[in-house]
Amino acid sequence: MLENYIPIFIVFTFAMVFALLTVFSSEIIGPKRPSKEKLSPYESGMKPIGTAEERVSIKYYLVAMLFIIFDLEVIFIYPWAVKFKELYHGSAVTPAIGLPVFVSMLIFLVVFELGFLYAYKKGAFRWD
Amino acid sequence: MDMFTLFAVKLIQVLIIAQVMLLTVSYLVYFERKISAWAQSRVGPNRVGPAGLLQPFADVLKLLLKEDIMPEKANKLVHIIAPIIALFVAFTTYAVIPIGPDITLFGLNIPLSVAPEIDMGILYVLALTSIGVYAITFSGWSSGSKYSLLGGIRSSAQMISYEISMGFAIAGVLLMAGSTLPTKIVELQSGWMWNAIVQPIGFIVFVVSAFAETNRLPFDLPEAEPELVGGFHTEYSSMKFAGFFLAEYANMIIASALIVTLYLGGWQIPYIETLGWAPEIVIPLQIGAFAFKLGALLFFFIWVRWSLPRFRYDQLMDLGWKVMFPLSLINIVWVAAIIMIFGIK
Repeated sequence: MLENYIPIFIVFTFAMVFALLTVFSSEIIGPKRPSKEKLSPYESGMKPIGTAEERVSIKYYLVAMLFIIFDLEVIFIYPWAVKFKELYHGSAVTPAIGLPVFVSMLIFLVVFELGFLYAYKKGAFRWD
Repeated sequence: MDMFTLFAVKLIQVLIIAQVMLLTVSYLVYFERKISAWAQSRVGPNRVGPAGLLQPFADVLKLLLKEDIMPEKANKLVHIIAPIIALFVAFTTYAVIPIGPDITLFGLNIPLSVAPEIDMGILYVLALTSIGVYAITFSGWSSGSKYSLLGGIRSSAQMISYEISMGFAIAGVLLMAGSTLPTKIVELQSGWMWNAIVQPIGFIVFVVSAFAETNRLPFDLPEAEPELVGGFHTEYSSMKFAGFFLAEYANMIIASALIVTLYLGGWQIPYIETLGWAPEIVIPLQIGAFAFKLGALLFFFIWVRWSLPRFRYDQLMDLGWKVMFPLSLINIVWVAAIIMIFGIK
């Protein structure tokens, strides 16, 4: 079982070495001539006004929360999707269940969709 | 196969695929510039080498010799970590994608996919692309520049929004395949049972989401040059900038390879097994078919860039949440209904 993951280990090691080499190569090779203007934040040639530690619109926070809720639902659907054909037609280890497999997920999706409509009505998807 | 041979074979395989990938990325940049030039009646790069073919190497050399600027307002550690994450994600995702059927070489049975047997299969890709969001959020936040911050936040909001529709579209593929293994998904698309034909809604949702996930036009708001300069990588220079650039193009290749694997039959050529040709002829043809489909999709990516205008931010979020998301739910019901009506086993 675990030996199936050996290739992943090799890929991860290779990618990490490659990424580190790429990022640090120019730090070693490239010249170092810093000046005050060069190190200041880019603002189209103007003197920077204020800082970049601004407050961020609450809408982005809302998007992140909605993402967590809806992305979790996807994980609930995957096991059902993988086992659907086997449960519907039946196999050597499971008897055929038929239509209830479909209907049960339909009920789940309807409840899920109600949550989506609630968020919609509450104005969670108004971006302006 | 004993442990040592397995290790050696996989190491060689990883090295070959990584080299091919790097070469494809460099020439993808070249072809993008050539096709862009062609679309705008320009000549494009033509100075370095014959027809500008050595341009990618000149670019890399130039970026390598540039000064690495660390902005004074930057959070240094996070500023360095961000491009490392971006590159790491871009050069690990290919591991589960099969580029051909199993081959026999020196008496060893070698599957043409780096990790064909891991149980999570396609979930591995989803897990890694989610980590990719951190690269952009970190780079935007840590640079200490307003453009970077706005670009980074916009980009992460866009990527997580489209990740949901992408996840639901993949559920449709899992329904058809009954397995998360990409090799199994490809095998079950033999003949014309391509998922793009069986579930066109899921295909469209996935392709649109792939454009949004890779931050390509018409969804390249994080970089929207006229308003945000360079977006999240405004404050990056030399090889750190090159890292983001490489990762972006590598992600484009991964996205195309995923679309081919999940929806366009992978390496399969419809009905080639009925011709009764020897495997020595069929297998190279199948690998060629994969490369051809991949190339066609990459051309499509560039073609779209010069054909469609950029979306406004609220239109982009509306499309993701109010159109793509409900469509991907309909797709799940559609696929389940097809399986029940036609009794697909």
